Amino acid sequence: MEAPLALLVGCFFAASVYLLMSDSLIRIILGVAVLSNAINLLIFVAGRIVKEVPPIIPEGAQVPPIDTANPLPQALVLTAIVISFSFFAFLLVLIFRTYQALGTDRTDEMHVAEPKGGPVPPRGY
Amino acid sequence: MAGTAEAVDLAAAMITAPVAAADALVIAPTLITVLFGAVLLLFRKRAVLQFPIGIFALALLVVACAGILARVLTAGPIAMAMGSWLPPFGINFTADVLGASFAFFASLVALTVGVFATRDIDGLGRRYGFFPFLLLMMTGICNAFLTGDIFNLYVWFEVMLIASFGLMVLGNGKAQLDGAVRYALLNLLAAGFFLIATGYLYGALGTLNMADIALRLREPTGDLPMKTIAMLYILGFGMKAAAFPLAFWLPASYHTPSPAAGAIFAGLLTKVGAYALMRTMIMLMPAEHQVYADMLSWLAIGTILLGSFGAMAESDLRRMLGYIVISGIGIIFAGIALGSQGGLSGAILYAIHSMLVMTALYFAAGIAAHLGGSQELRHLGGLYGASPLLAGLMLALVFSAAALPPFSGFWAKVVVVQAALADQRWLLAGVVLSASAFTALAAGRAFAHAFWRGGPLGTPDGAEKAVPGELSPFDQRVLYGPIIALAGLTLVIGLYPAPFLRLAEAGAAGLLDPTPYFNAVFGGAP
Amino acid sequence: MSTVIFRAIAPYLTALMVLFSVFVLLRGHNNPGGGFIGGLIAASAFAIYGIAYGVPPVRRALRFHPMQIAGTGLLFTVLAGIPSLFASVPFLTGMWAYPTVFGMEIAVSTPLVFDIGVYLVVLGTISSIALSLEEKER
Repeated sequence: MEAPLALLVGCFFAASVYLLMSDSLIRIILGVAVLSNAINLLIFVAGRIVKEVPPIIPEGAQVPPIDTANPLPQALVLTAIVISFSFFAFLLVLIFRTYQALGTDRTDEMHVAEPKGGPVPPRGY
Repeated sequence: MAGTAEAVDLAAAMITAPVAAADALVIAPTLITVLFGAVLLLFRKRAVLQFPIGIFALALLVVACAGILARVLTAGPIAMAMGSWLPPFGINFTADVLGASFAFFASLVALTVGVFATRDIDGLGRRYGFFPFLLLMMTGICNAFLTGDIFNLYVWFEVMLIASFGLMVLGNGKAQLDGAVRYALLNLLAAGFFLIATGYLYGALGTLNMADIALRLREPTGDLPMKTIAMLYILGFGMKAAAFPLAFWLPASYHTPSPAAGAIFAGLLTKVGAYALMRTMIMLMPAEHQVYADMLSWLAIGTILLGSFGAMAESDLRRMLGYIVISGIGIIFAGIALGSQGGLSGAILYAIHSMLVMTALYFAAGIAAHLGGSQELRHLGGLYGASPLLAGLMLALVFSAAALPPFSGFWAKVVVVQAALADQRWLLAGVVLSASAFTALAAGRAFAHAFWRGGPLGTPDGAEKAVPGELSPFDQRVLYGPIIALAGLTLVIGLYPAPFLRLAEAGAAGLLDPTPYFNAVFGGAP
Repeated sequence: MSTVIFRAIAPYLTALMVLFSVFVLLRGHNNPGGGFIGGLIAASAFAIYGIAYGVPPVRRALRFHPMQIAGTGLLFTVLAGIPSLFASVPFLTGMWAYPTVFGMEIAVSTPLVFDIGVYLVVLGTISSIALSLEEKER
């Protein structure tokens, strides 16, 4: 089960790197979204796929009656999903505001913070 | 794991012994910052309340971090397992000398930023949450220094990042949004590499507790892909710390937010990356550190040279300071690359020095930009006449940043250079020394342009022109106070370096031989 | 999006989803569910209401500013850890009490307080972001 999932993680990473190298902000944040999913899947696979039984202990018992899936990667992935989700939401708002303020979503045309082609620094006074 | 429904002995999974009250100190930073951050969010419309509550919380944070440091210095590392889950199963907070001292100086810097922000941030910024963001960022920073769980470290990284995004865009200026896009995307990628490495580490070892990882990796690891994991950590933390090939986001963004926000970014955020690199490379993976020592050394050289030449090629005051931050990161990396007792103590002391001095320099640059009406060295001028006090402070801070005596950076650099010479890395020692000259050159030129010259570029010698901005006497007291405090502290460290050197040495010793750390986590019997 | 059918059912749908979110929150300790997913359901309920009627009615329906809701949630999560300090057990250790109300035993615990905090934080932040995206221009 791990091998096809590992291949899928690889495909995700390839897609996200391709998108991240674009010069359009929308594609870049799509790349970030794909990247975070790739990482989540990677953590999930790294925790080994053993059983499809949810790790829930029935009422009255102290330990699960049968072997269950490893709950720790699920907890890690859930945390990572929450974080990447909030980051994605923030980036979406940020990029929308940037598009409104600068009138462009192409990184090549954004030069407010770093003006292009200024004069060389003064050598003396 | 097939078990019965009978009662299970909880002592095998839970901590049952009561916890000493002093050990509870390790979660005090979390409690203080989150509690007061939440209260300030509730009163977001009452701008009057934000400032006193925020300053009170930051002062309380300094006291708490000082308490942790005092306790760690007298009684050794303290550990606390969240929710009573026995290590290595639960999340663990562990404060050792390195983490506690970084947390203490970080909280000190945050307090000065809070005081500075009361005049620098207008009512609008305070209402839209400067103080809540600042407190939540301190939650992330302090806990990143104090946590003993590698995944938890990632979570605190992200808490710190999301709060810093908020501080970055506060005010919604065009340049701020532009800078924030670069900052956010690059730091997100860095955190992504960190998470990938942590996922592989968990897959390889099946544990996330730092003490447990360190113990496992001190035994032969067989065919585990530890070198790949170490490289990913270097990539992620190097990006976060703004090291050589991945540093360009820093000068592209740190000059855009308000002076107070820029100051705390420059002072603290990159050091968290450097701290995490120390923790992972030296304490967790000593064998992989040996493999990558040469590469780290080249990275340090590249970072120092990039920072130095970048600072000299820049004519914007705050962007130039951004490159000086990078050059300081290079010196910390040099200490990490050496990995010896001397190198690490130098790196730790330099990180503390850099926290204090870079924050103060960004404060001073913010005031200079306000007085002179520009950040551009061509347009600045006549600031010596406008404020001799600011000029004096700036000169002292420039000397300190260039690691000249009698300031704190000098001793840190002496220790690093000594360690490099002892390790026979002549080139590294030479480049670390040259950083002083380059920084003095770049920052001295900025001082000459902005403060010494009578007015904007082209003003004849001897002529004096009035500066456009001015400060009321009250503003002056509030704005100069934090700079004087930080500059005074760097002077004190420079004049009486012995206790601070001992602190750094204890921190380095704790990284190189973490037996007390293991004992604190596993209760004496690792 | 504001068709007659949608506008007619949106208030009922919102009320039902908020109710369901509280149900998911409360069953979370022993079964799938909990504060995070409950908060997401509640936030999407208000998002539906916002799509049907626009942003100002949602702000009126929420009564408090979303960030204030998130702040309250943050306060709850910290308060959930404080009882463990007085019992001198490690931070965030679950503490339970079983008071009897009207002849029924009710399990009250610090994990529940923590979960309510998470619920409010998620509801506050997500609806804050959703509202600012729906508002388009400020």
